[in-house]
Amino acid sequence: MQLTKYEEDMYNGEYGEGKAECMEILVSLGKIYDAEKMIPITSAQVSGVSYKTIGDAGLDFVVDLGKKADVTLETMLNPAGVDIENWQELGFSKEFTDKQIDIINGYESIGVMSTCTCTPYLIGNTPMLNEHVAWSESSAVCYVNSVIGARTNREGGPSALLAAIVGRTPYYGNHILENRVADMIFNVDYDFVNEAEIGALGYYVGQIVNDKKPYFRINKNPGRNNLKTLGAALASSGAVSLYHVENVTPEADYSRCHDSFEELETVTVDKNMIEETLEQLTTTDKIPDLVCLGCPHASISEIQEVANLVKDKKLTKDLWICTSKAIKSISKQCGYLDIIEKAGGKIVSDTCMVVAPIEELDYEVIGVNSAKAANYVPNMCKLDVVYDTVENLINMISE
Amino acid sequence: MSSNIKCRIISKGKDSGNALVTKDPISFLGGVDPKTGIVIDKKHELYNECITDKILVIPSGKGSTVGSYVIYQMAKNNTAPRAIICQKAEPIIAIGAIISKIPMVDNPDVDIINTINTNDEITVDADNSTIVIN
Repeated sequence: MQLTKYEEDMYNGEYGEGKAECMEILVSLGKIYDAEKMIPITSAQVSGVSYKTIGDAGLDFVVDLGKKADVTLETMLNPAGVDIENWQELGFSKEFTDKQIDIINGYESIGVMSTCTCTPYLIGNTPMLNEHVAWSESSAVCYVNSVIGARTNREGGPSALLAAIVGRTPYYGNHILENRVADMIFNVDYDFVNEAEIGALGYYVGQIVNDKKPYFRINKNPGRNNLKTLGAALASSGAVSLYHVENVTPEADYSRCHDSFEELETVTVDKNMIEETLEQLTTTDKIPDLVCLGCPHASISEIQEVANLVKDKKLTKDLWICTSKAIKSISKQCGYLDIIEKAGGKIVSDTCMVVAPIEELDYEVIGVNSAKAANYVPNMCKLDVVYDTVENLINMISE
Repeated sequence: MSSNIKCRIISKGKDSGNALVTKDPISFLGGVDPKTGIVIDKKHELYNECITDKILVIPSGKGSTVGSYVIYQMAKNNTAPRAIICQKAEPIIAIGAIISKIPMVDNPDVDIINTINTNDEITVDADNSTIVIN
């Protein structure tokens, strides 16, 4: 691989042991993927935060790395395993929370912003078109590549963090324009009315394409919230890191005008496929004892929608809306938090239903409007799932 | 008589030991107990075998990226393998080996899984891109 003088010096330890180790790793990754060079990056998103997923092994690594290195650019952190301020009220244990706080402190000591959200693009980490970044968190990777048009591979937590320290990532895959064109077309013959259907579309297509780049023809612009849902679903049933929507996403035109486009395999998605997928994502006939929204973390407009739905209602079961502290704070300012709490619901920050140890709480059936959550919760939290729209879920648990 | 195999460096260093060979890709997260170095994945060919201090010879890695941290924890617990030889490296084990200072190579110029036998005495010299079967 061709390194610049500065990169070579970092590799050889002239900028300290921490950077040398990061460069060694990134150069090896570059070799694995036949990268010809490194490329400077402008932002990073680091996953591997919940104590439930990284355990003591991850804690050790983060604490040790903090002693010898710092990030050099805007770097945000994925959700943790608990709501840092309200863990007790939600029923999480002190032992788990203490470990979780150690991990977050470790990341802070490296200079990572302890945002604890999987939607960094909703709170200011919003690169521009064609910017090179190093993001982990599969749903955020899908959003930043597809909806924003910045360029990242599907990084793991460690590789995103190391890239943030040296400001470089190996130049391969999605960083190269030519590799960003679609390789399968989906004509969607269905009139979408809600987010559960869009999630089902993503879940269905993800299973077919695995890590390919789907190009959608949909009869209307799904909007940013639904594109967030679509990408998360594509990245959980498959390993999609980039998709295009005709007349909607920024690189769809480039893809459509590419020589290869005419020869692509085309699949029609019809009503039956969506309906079958909707059914497949629900695992029980029971009513949820917890409705958990916000996967990926809710935007302020999604929280506004929930506030409108629960206004003057009394909830009979628990309702959590997962989001970042920043969006929770805006919800409070706008009065939505108050409305939701009066109805008996909670806005939970820093964590989510996938990475929190929900299996330790007394829930059996969880209601979600996210195909990604419906995909992971049965295995990661051992709960049954009801997959439906936010409106239907709220109706199931209101008087 | 010893034979030399050319390969590609993934993680710096040199070490020797007895080979432990498997045809199954390995996931460190959930697949290996970092306290004991024993393979705990019941579906794996090496189930119940200890990989500590071995020269681990595998086709590739798989599973969660947290696996990199598990290798790091094994190195701290002194339960890690001495060196790793992969037919084709992937990021999880590569990162794990480098942060743990375990020599690792890949892309050998022979079919490594069928060339090396378990218990063969092996030297992995990553710095010189060489595997030596003693």
